[in-house]
Amino acid sequence: MAVIDTDRPAPTVRTPPLQQPLIVISAQRGPLALRWRDLWEYRELFFFLVWRDVKVRYKQTLLGAAWAILQPVMAMVIFSVFFGGLAKISSDGFPYPVFAYAALLPWQLFATALTTSANSLIASSSMVRKVYFPRIALPVAGVLASLVDFAIAFVVLIGLMAWYRLVPTPAVLLLPLFLAQAVLTALGVGLWLSALNARYRDVRHALPFVVQFWLFATPVVYPSSLLPEPWRTLFGLNPMVGVVEGFRWALLGSSPPSLMIGFSALVSLMLVITGVIYFQSVERKFADVI
Amino acid sequence: MTYAIRAQGLAKLYHIGQQQEQARYTTLRDTLAGAFRRPFGRRRGPAQELWALNGVSFDVRPGEVVGIIGRNGAGKSTLLKVLSRITDPSRGRAELYGRVASLLEVGTGFHPELTGRENVFLNGAILGMRRREIERNFDEIVAFAEVEKFIDTPVKFYSSGMYVRLAFAVAAHLNPEILIVDEVLAVGDARFQKKCLNKMQDVGQQGRTVLFVSHSMQAILRMCERTILLDAGTVLDDGPSQKVINTYLGRDFGAMGQRVWADAARAPGGEVARLRAVRVRDEDGTTTDAVDIRRPVRLEMEFEVLQDGYVLLPHFKLANEDNVRLFTTVDTDPQWRRRPRPCGRYVSVVTVPGNLLAEGTIFVDAAMTTLDPQITQFYERDVTAFQVFDRLEDDTARGDWTGTLPGVLRPRLDWSTTYSQV
Repeated sequence: MAVIDTDRPAPTVRTPPLQQPLIVISAQRGPLALRWRDLWEYRELFFFLVWRDVKVRYKQTLLGAAWAILQPVMAMVIFSVFFGGLAKISSDGFPYPVFAYAALLPWQLFATALTTSANSLIASSSMVRKVYFPRIALPVAGVLASLVDFAIAFVVLIGLMAWYRLVPTPAVLLLPLFLAQAVLTALGVGLWLSALNARYRDVRHALPFVVQFWLFATPVVYPSSLLPEPWRTLFGLNPMVGVVEGFRWALLGSSPPSLMIGFSALVSLMLVITGVIYFQSVERKFADVI
Repeated sequence: MTYAIRAQGLAKLYHIGQQQEQARYTTLRDTLAGAFRRPFGRRRGPAQELWALNGVSFDVRPGEVVGIIGRNGAGKSTLLKVLSRITDPSRGRAELYGRVASLLEVGTGFHPELTGRENVFLNGAILGMRRREIERNFDEIVAFAEVEKFIDTPVKFYSSGMYVRLAFAVAAHLNPEILIVDEVLAVGDARFQKKCLNKMQDVGQQGRTVLFVSHSMQAILRMCERTILLDAGTVLDDGPSQKVINTYLGRDFGAMGQRVWADAARAPGGEVARLRAVRVRDEDGTTTDAVDIRRPVRLEMEFEVLQDGYVLLPHFKLANEDNVRLFTTVDTDPQWRRRPRPCGRYVSVVTVPGNLLAEGTIFVDAAMTTLDPQITQFYERDVTAFQVFDRLEDDTARGDWTGTLPGVLRPRLDWSTTYSQV
């Protein structure tokens, strides 16, 4: 066939045809048939999705990445005025702004990561409908992208601590563990909610309320010492309690988190495991329902 | 026997509820409301079931380029979605022997705020390309898309043409063993479409397996030797493209290339004449429904005369896909001009020369009128249809031009030039 096309590439040598199928598509699949090989094959996609989320988040804004600082700082100012200043809520002897900010930092990370990942599937619904890729990449990328904001906002904390002449305790070495717990909790809940969100858009409307409620169920604006005992233990079930207490302990040297933190770590882990299982079990329906 | 694709009894069931017509997702409220309304019954009442695919089986050998055709709703897109692993089949099984890339939409995942360069990498990753692979092909992709100057501009400032070109260019440089393509060539200008078709042909010639859904019979004829016809979720026909396209178009427009009224009682006609058959033949006399743009095509009308003594005027009217009437041609055979015809069976043939009709589907109306008085005996619209295809060889009216060639006809005319040195 004489086709006018000069930039035709030289024919490449093809590998001989496979005797075994590389991919088998079938109606039956176990609930735990994780496509590990796919996750590995698409590892670069994770990177590109995170990169996209980071790049795009503050596009067409005047202040750009400054928002990553402004958001927690403004929350800190408001909390300091109303809770620290007017309501005179105890801050365990620390200056209220730094007391609030040390907790707001992981909290903002958690809230952003949760919101982004819970909405990640519907935000990329055209991709879900038109391309195959491990769907789990979307909520995971949403969580990971939030870490960049966290890193930026962390700089402000260092400034605040210098201003108030606070020196972190040796426990600061444990900070990555608390950070990991915040990330895992957000991921676990994010996996559940993003999967549910694909089918029930109620999630999208309920989400802001859930995040706000969760904020008050976590000792961000108040110290956990404010709570009477039976409640305090019960509170330990909330993984973010351990995270926030851990951050204050590691950075400011407040009282260490109770032993409930071990239990709450277990809760985080369970959320992630069940989240992954649930996500994978409904993943195959996303393209049909989203 | 080696395979590239084996599909065995693929089936896909969709439940279509009433509220899902507008919104495919449900809200918890609907589910709860349903539960309250009929606490003991089934949740969604008699949910309408739709088998978008219903037992589709076929094998594809490595290197085959297979077209998939069918009406809207025949299951083409669902089949591609199942084979691309976007959605799981409800029943059945498919084996794919090699890396698969599917192109169901151009520019999936393109972000308007990102630059052309950034989107190439993002889109490539979404389609399953390695970063290194994209880097290696980057210059070629940009050159193919012809957007060199704007590669660092956010794509929201692109014209829709540039956007589509860039998006297709990324996909065209995928390097999978199996490529699944849905109607994406329906976008972009004609020249770029042609370029994409050429690119895809290369893909086929490099021993890559291609599944290609299209509504364009020309594209199918040009690309695919074999075609699968889907109808209502099942394989209706599978074989050489020409034959399958006949079957397909035959269902819509009367047998492609021919239409015969075997039952005289049902044949259209008046008191004087009755239409019995219309056929399209190539120059060798074979009935066909696709002719090379350079070759003549013979239109044949078979009719019966039921009453002696009338002068008859058989004629054909030709129209293109856009319903533009191309021309009407009446019987000018001197043998029967102004001569009353006796009863009997007649076959009138007119030859439309090659290098006259433009590329595309030509619809044929067959009509018959008595001359004095003028009474229409029959006038059958779209009695049959045929394809005129242009293989882009350089002895057509195109010459060396591969771009769009507008016009309802495409005659090859003689040009001459006088030159004088000034």
